[in-house]
Amino acid sequence: MIPAAQSEPIYLDYQATTPTDPRVLEAMLPWFTQKFGNPGSVTHAYGREAAEAVETARAQVAALIGAEAREIVFTSGATESNNLALKGALRFGRDGRNGLVTLPTEHKCVLESARALEREGFRVTTLPVGGDGLFELSALDRAIDDRTVLVSVMAAHNEIGVIQPIAEIGALCRARGVLFHSDAAQAVGKMPIDVNAMGIDLLSVSGHKIYGPKGIGALYVRRRPRARLVPLIDGGGQERGLRSGTLPTPLCVGLGAAAALAQQEMAEEAKRLTIWRQRLLAGLKTRVPELRLNGDALRRLPGNLNLCFPGVSALDLIAACPSLALSTGSACTAAEVEPSYVLRALGVSDVLAQASIRIGLGRFTREAEIPEVIEALASAARSLGVAAARPVAISKVLEARSP
Amino acid sequence: MTDAVYLDWNATAPMRSEVASAISLALACCGNPSSVHRWGRAQRHATERARAAVAALVDARAEDVVFTSGGTEANHLALLGSSHRSVLVSAIEHDSVREAAADAISIPVHSSGLVDLSALERLLAATKPPALVSLMLANNETGVIQPVASASAIARRYGALLHCDAIQAAGKIPVSLDALGVDLLTLSAHKIGGPQGVGALVLGRDLALTPLLRGGGQERGRRAGTENVPGIIGFGVAAELARDDRDSEKIARLRDRAAAQLVDIAPAARVFGAEAPRLPNTFCITMPGIAAATQVVALDLAGVMVSAGAACSSGKVRPSHVLAAMGVDPEEAQSAIRISLGWSTDVASIERLVDAWGALYRRTRAEAA
Repeated sequence: MIPAAQSEPIYLDYQATTPTDPRVLEAMLPWFTQKFGNPGSVTHAYGREAAEAVETARAQVAALIGAEAREIVFTSGATESNNLALKGALRFGRDGRNGLVTLPTEHKCVLESARALEREGFRVTTLPVGGDGLFELSALDRAIDDRTVLVSVMAAHNEIGVIQPIAEIGALCRARGVLFHSDAAQAVGKMPIDVNAMGIDLLSVSGHKIYGPKGIGALYVRRRPRARLVPLIDGGGQERGLRSGTLPTPLCVGLGAAAALAQQEMAEEAKRLTIWRQRLLAGLKTRVPELRLNGDALRRLPGNLNLCFPGVSALDLIAACPSLALSTGSACTAAEVEPSYVLRALGVSDVLAQASIRIGLGRFTREAEIPEVIEALASAARSLGVAAARPVAISKVLEARSP
Repeated sequence: MTDAVYLDWNATAPMRSEVASAISLALACCGNPSSVHRWGRAQRHATERARAAVAALVDARAEDVVFTSGGTEANHLALLGSSHRSVLVSAIEHDSVREAAADAISIPVHSSGLVDLSALERLLAATKPPALVSLMLANNETGVIQPVASASAIARRYGALLHCDAIQAAGKIPVSLDALGVDLLTLSAHKIGGPQGVGALVLGRDLALTPLLRGGGQERGRRAGTENVPGIIGFGVAAELARDDRDSEKIARLRDRAAAQLVDIAPAARVFGAEAPRLPNTFCITMPGIAAATQVVALDLAGVMVSAGAACSSGKVRPSHVLAAMGVDPEEAQSAIRISLGWSTDVASIERLVDAWGALYRRTRAEAA
């Protein structure tokens, strides 16, 4: 397994990207060389063989989220899926409908799509979120009006791991007659998703977040009642006209294989990662009592922690832990020095946001790595001057506050 | 299927073995190129090396290469993302260009398959500036190579941008951004022995592009989304191999031999665009009176894979807009198939094609008699 090599750091960035599962890789390889047809070339054997493989993969992706195969549109990734869902649904809006409701904590590609739509004249409403990353359903109910087209809420958060009450949002959207899109790039394959039980009309899937390849994703598009979209990319008319372009057979096969593996292994994997995550958090808290957890403590992805080490710069902390591959937040903005807009939206101060790191455990994390991570992070944090494991007496706090 | 003969290289080319090895290795490496840790930096480094290789294939600067999910997306980015008030598109462009510019003015082509440059000039003079002209370098169905350098000189006189879809030309003939004088150039990896799912839009100079996909600021803000690193690495290797390509002459000889033998069998057969400069690997030929669909199916049964035109349209055999634009009678166009060769095509493959095509021709003649 690649992330386990001795000299390599311990990989703790599973929300940025996951290693391709060797079993996925094995499924993909024949499609690179021996079987290379264009799945659009159904008039000859190589093409038909590729087309069949693509359809098998489509069924595998559909099965993971309780959809029908023909409701799955392959895209180049979750960014494209999110762009297609938002722009496609709003631009299709009829009868003067022009509203989008979303959260300030959504992924950049949702927020940037929303901003682009706003410039086109659409109305975008952003609901506030609480310190736990969750929001009030009643606020969503109030925000939806008779001209709302779409509500877009991420299922599980890429930075803070928080899981939103998707089924409740779906039921509300259904009752109010608006479409519901969920960016489930981080959620799919990590927690059960059922588009029917959850009332989801559009759902974004990413290949490389579920141990599949980069460069492939999918958008689930409900057929009954039909969620209608204007395509972003026209041309050869592939994917029922919703997404033109030659289908990359090996990547589709890889996404399908990753989906099938996730379906088999998700329950056990989630259980294991939740236990290790809690062990990691508890171990760090013992060593660094000042430690704070960003985002809701329980309603979060099994392998995710977003931790604040008050008084320590996250970048210094990461630099002081060369044996760990860590990040401060979303990889898309990892090189930025600005504090995370997500933590800001939760009301975390800039100072504390800049003291926060994201930890992602995943399929290839080993149990023996957990104590190593605790040791590396706790000693680095202590040496960088985080308030040490000496709780301040409450009387001292009161003393300091008195004039 | 070991003895199958693949003659549909314009639909997709088999992956070069060097590319497959590079991708297999890359798939085994984890990391998001935007991550700042070691694994992320390694992915970034590999991405940038591939960018330089793709740039070198078309004499461009690495920073002017924008990776996309393929040629279709790159064509869309060029047409929808560049700023212009009117669009002129040649009548023989690929659907991914035609569909991206539904309101475009069509530039006619001659019966040779070559674009009508004087018509281009007239249309530009009558169009609201600034305009964008889209002209492919080589047509996917006939292989006819367009006078792109002349078209770009005309475009420049009218202050228009020129976009060139070079998807079919790259790897088959030399492509130089500078020599062509184009502003935007589209490439696709899987047509040059690279993987499906990767393409690029190459910019001729510092153009402001409005992104099609928004999100993280990847590709200098011109195309969001986590980079398909293994695919991009494969594209880079394919681009390097395409630069050293020495198969063109051999392929052209085989192509000419195939066409001559088919015309020998059916003297009324017609090869479209034969009088114009063409790609070395492509020919589009009719079997008089026999529908293209019939030919493709009969050839497929004989283990020979060709196509009835572009591969994109989910199996529908539609009348070709390319042949229609060349003024070919619709009935004759219905009997045209596209045969496209590549680096592994050999004499035996051509013999198989000629035998199968000849057998079908003789059978149908006998039935008609």
